Amino acid sequence: MKAGRAAAIFLRQLYLLRGSVARVLPLFAWITVDIVLWGFITRYLNTVAAPGFNFVPALLGAVLLWDFFSRVMHGVTTAFLEDVWSRNFLNIFASPIKISEYLAGLVLSSVATSALGLLVMLVLASAVFGLSFASYGLLLVPFLLVLFLFGIALGVVGAAVVLRFGPASEWFVWPLPALVSPFAGVFYPLSTLPLWMRGAAYALPPSYVFEGMRAVVAGGEASWAALAWGALLAVLYVLLACWLFVRVHRHVVRTGLLARYSAESV
Amino acid sequence: MQESQLSASRVAPKVLSVAGLRKAYGATVAVDGVSFEVARGEIVGLLGPNGAGKTTTINMILGVLEPTAGTIHVEGLDVRRERSRALSRTNFAAVYAPLPGNLTVVQNLRIFGMLYGVARLSQRIEELLEEFDLLSFRAAKCGVLSSGEQTRVALAKAMLNRPHLLLLDEPTASLDPSSARETRTRMRRFAASGEVGVLWTSHNMYEVEEVCDRVLFVSKGRVLLEGDPKSLPAEHGRESLEELFIAVAREPLTFGPGEVV
Repeated sequence: MKAGRAAAIFLRQLYLLRGSVARVLPLFAWITVDIVLWGFITRYLNTVAAPGFNFVPALLGAVLLWDFFSRVMHGVTTAFLEDVWSRNFLNIFASPIKISEYLAGLVLSSVATSALGLLVMLVLASAVFGLSFASYGLLLVPFLLVLFLFGIALGVVGAAVVLRFGPASEWFVWPLPALVSPFAGVFYPLSTLPLWMRGAAYALPPSYVFEGMRAVVAGGEASWAALAWGALLAVLYVLLACWLFVRVHRHVVRTGLLARYSAESV
Repeated sequence: MQESQLSASRVAPKVLSVAGLRKAYGATVAVDGVSFEVARGEIVGLLGPNGAGKTTTINMILGVLEPTAGTIHVEGLDVRRERSRALSRTNFAAVYAPLPGNLTVVQNLRIFGMLYGVARLSQRIEELLEEFDLLSFRAAKCGVLSSGEQTRVALAKAMLNRPHLLLLDEPTASLDPSSARETRTRMRRFAASGEVGVLWTSHNMYEVEEVCDRVLFVSKGRVLLEGDPKSLPAEHGRESLEELFIAVAREPLTFGPGEVV
């Protein structure tokens, strides 16, 4: 793998962000709205619920972590979609870049954009609503790591879907995090779910993060073993997602869909 | 090109070797057993009517379309097995593949220079901006340039890595006559350096006659004729290359193996 080629994809994204308010604003505008909305909801819940339980780390913390996951996923797909929107596939894929280098470039782009979003959320949630990540302790690191890895995996799957089914299929991709959230138990314990949904939840790495987070907020301890399992699952999904993208790329090269991408002949 | 020059091109090292190339989409055959070579210092014209299989052939050489059968080698490297290494010696410009319009000329050249692993990239970009008369457009977004200016940017991108194989799909289609002539002169000079072989498609037969050392007439996915563009029309009883082109396009069965002249 040549780092310079992955860096080229990353640099392209930086150039686009630097020159475009329309690209920079969404990096933190919607998550800011989310934090403000849920910040006030948690404040209200703290006033009406039984004293002793603090909704801020339980709900606002969950929103922040979930938005971080969404930003990571969208970071990958948005960087990929830039090539769709500018009809750049022929130029990119007729260059010496390897698929691994291209995907690495998308991930680098996502690291930059999601880190910016996380920073904005942290500042806002702690300064305005008193959310302290010290309450999660060292667990914050595996929490973010698992969500980051699964966000990357889902983003690469989204890119593979758009590559396979054409530009209009990007509308399948945007709501993917929303489809996952009921199963991942972002706001409620997995025990709340019916049995069949719980089965799906155990296959999703974010479930282990939010179960762990709730345990810590309740004054208990998160299971490091469960988090390690979640991380392992997330790594597995990243590998599977990359495998899927490679397979889809081979398919579109073999069938001619890549060369005639804008024709949407699927 | 004289016979001695043709012989010379045949012994010069090959930058591109295409053998038995075939592409079928189900029952539809787009390219059917095409074989040809391009030598260093040679400009080969790939001619044919719309839908003849020229762009399909170019896409297969660029590795963005997998052949159903056949092999493609760039300087001995199999494009299917050593795609990245083969493509690092190749580049292309095509009217249907403009560079992203949301990036400036310099940004595009920098990004593609990095993708092609160009050494001393900043210096190379400056050379190309000057060579293709793009200095005043360096900070302009490619999308706001005229089609002729965009073509010059695409050509500059195609020259970034000093390719050994250059594929030009109708490179002068949107250029005015003066710019088109400059481009032809530039490409001839580039080919004359002896380091590069060029595969050139065009529907402008006067241009082909001026720039190409050898032409391949393609129709319905097959190479029907091959030869010197200056002597080929007379060899087939036609007055000009354009007449020969029209005859090949209208009556492909009368050309090729067992042709009726």
